[in-house]
Amino acid sequence: MKKRVTVIMIIALLATLFFAGCAEKEAEVIKIGVGGAHSGDLASYGLPSVNAAKLVVEEWNAKGGVMGKQIELVVEDDQCKPEVATNTASKLVDEGVVAVQGHICSGATKSALSIYEESSIPIVSPSATNVDLVKSPNFFRTIASDDAQSQMIVDFCLDTLGVTKFAVLHDKGDYGKGLAEFAVEFLKKDSRAEILLFEGITVGAVDYSAVLNKIKESGAEVIIYGGYHPEASKLVGQMKKMKMDIYFISDDGVKDDTFIKVAGEYAEGVYATGPIDTSSNPLYIKATKDHQEKFGEDPGAFFYNAYAATQAILNAIDKAGATDFDSITKALRTYYVETPLGRIKFDEKGDAEGVGFAVYQVQNGVYVSVK
Amino acid sequence: MDLDYFFQLFLGGMTRGSIYALIALGYTMVYGIIKLINFAHGEIYMIGAFTALIIVGALGMTGLNPVLIFLIAGVIAVLTSAGYGVTIERIAYKPLRNAPRLSALISAIGMSLFLQNYVLLAQTSNFLPFPTLIPEFKFLANAGGIISSTQIIILATTALVMVVLTLLIKFTRIGKAMRATSQDRQMAQLVGIGINKVIAFTFVIGSFTAALGGVLICSHIGQINFYIGFIAGIKAFVAAVLGGIGSIPGAVLGSFVLGLTESFGTGYISSDYEDVFAFLFLVLILTIRPSGILGREKKAKV
Repeated sequence: MKKRVTVIMIIALLATLFFAGCAEKEAEVIKIGVGGAHSGDLASYGLPSVNAAKLVVEEWNAKGGVMGKQIELVVEDDQCKPEVATNTASKLVDEGVVAVQGHICSGATKSALSIYEESSIPIVSPSATNVDLVKSPNFFRTIASDDAQSQMIVDFCLDTLGVTKFAVLHDKGDYGKGLAEFAVEFLKKDSRAEILLFEGITVGAVDYSAVLNKIKESGAEVIIYGGYHPEASKLVGQMKKMKMDIYFISDDGVKDDTFIKVAGEYAEGVYATGPIDTSSNPLYIKATKDHQEKFGEDPGAFFYNAYAATQAILNAIDKAGATDFDSITKALRTYYVETPLGRIKFDEKGDAEGVGFAVYQVQNGVYVSVK
Repeated sequence: MDLDYFFQLFLGGMTRGSIYALIALGYTMVYGIIKLINFAHGEIYMIGAFTALIIVGALGMTGLNPVLIFLIAGVIAVLTSAGYGVTIERIAYKPLRNAPRLSALISAIGMSLFLQNYVLLAQTSNFLPFPTLIPEFKFLANAGGIISSTQIIILATTALVMVVLTLLIKFTRIGKAMRATSQDRQMAQLVGIGINKVIAFTFVIGSFTAALGGVLICSHIGQINFYIGFIAGIKAFVAAVLGGIGSIPGAVLGSFVLGLTESFGTGYISSDYEDVFAFLFLVLILTIRPSGILGREKKAKV
């Protein structure tokens, strides 16, 4: 009796496998994976990328899909945890996806990448900014990397402002210090630049006159500051009071209207980098409208980056006319695609060209983009 | 490096020191009288500054002379803070006066958290700009940004407050009562001193100086949020301990030592280690003089 049950079960299992195999062949779909945090604390960073993928795929499918086949999304959750992400990646690989849009967090992306490398599947992340990720040939992204801002700041100082004597300050935090360290690294590579001072300041201190005196004494022509707006507004305020008339350039943490509000007249002339404003792009407006219609709310974090990532993947498959690794990656690097972030393609490393930061300056109480 | 640079660092350190001193005075006075570290003191400082901000905002529209607005805002801020100080004492410390000292300490920490969150909810969690109310003095125009008029006012106020407090405690009736309460509370009560009044008065004075500090410091740094009291309070507390908690000249001396250490440490070595210098110095002083620079050593009664 027992034996018979076992035999039936085995047959049943084999049969399902057979049918499953059949089903896949018959459906003739192209599967695209979406990996990222869809539950847990960081779900708000991951879920918008799922919405973005749905919208893009819906649009393509309505036009007849890609390579004459319908596109199917396979969505898997990694909770932004590196230990979960390898399983997530394995599941997507088992499902037979040809490319993945994701993952969201840098740590999870890094551990998932090892699986994709083994299976030769390219991935395009909307949000993983870690510098080292582009070392993988499978990795592409539609967001600027962590060091892109520092590079932008350094280039702007040397080429546009024409200054060579630098003082680099940071707030000792992960974000500010990381940015300042990259800036110093880039400055060291350039023979024109001279770093006179590289120091961290204490957040919340009542007075920064000592470090500013030191900068004044050193003869620096520009201060690069990595950090957020409260300290930046204290610094620029004291600089003006000490009659220090040198450039002050900072980052996305300062490119915030609160900075102008708090620093008031002292903010005038301050430079800061921030993401390029693409909100006037027609595709950006369309993506926002589609999202509002379908989901009844405004899109969340990294939505436009994820939208662009999905578009890039489908465009690459379409242009290559194949789904193997070499064809897709080559197409990603070769063909431009129109996205809400602008016209993009990927460079050799896998960073999107045309995505990134711009320099802004406070002029008459508002941030104005400078060229 | 040259003398000019040294002088600038010295002035910067003195400004820092006087900022710490204005807050440290309140810590040290309260500790001197009831042996309680009043952790809510930093919040009084913050509330003083917030009150001034609100008054300035309201009066700013009337087009009065900025100096006059500053004075009115200062007076109202100081009075409001004094009210808060006394109320806190009534609610959080008085019922615990005969309880173990740890209970009062925890009550103080609770009060501090309560007030921070109260301001967070009643006002905002964002940083707000604080107007520069002190005018630029004409005679400083040639000083070339070495010292600002705000710095001079802060330095002068600290010196004045210290002198007045010392005189008050040394030569007035209430000062005498305060000293008596500090030495032996029960005995003071037995000889007819209303210790409740004395303690309330101490809180009034402590809050008074904290609010004064809040208004001056915020117009120096030009911004404010609900959290400023905590950070400034910690440094001022360190300064008070450094100078010998309970001693008024000690608090001022400790603050200047701390301010100058930070300033010179930053100026000659690196601002990366600003806090390291401050606390290294604290450890060093406390190893040599466990009760602080001017602290009186207490002999245990056998």
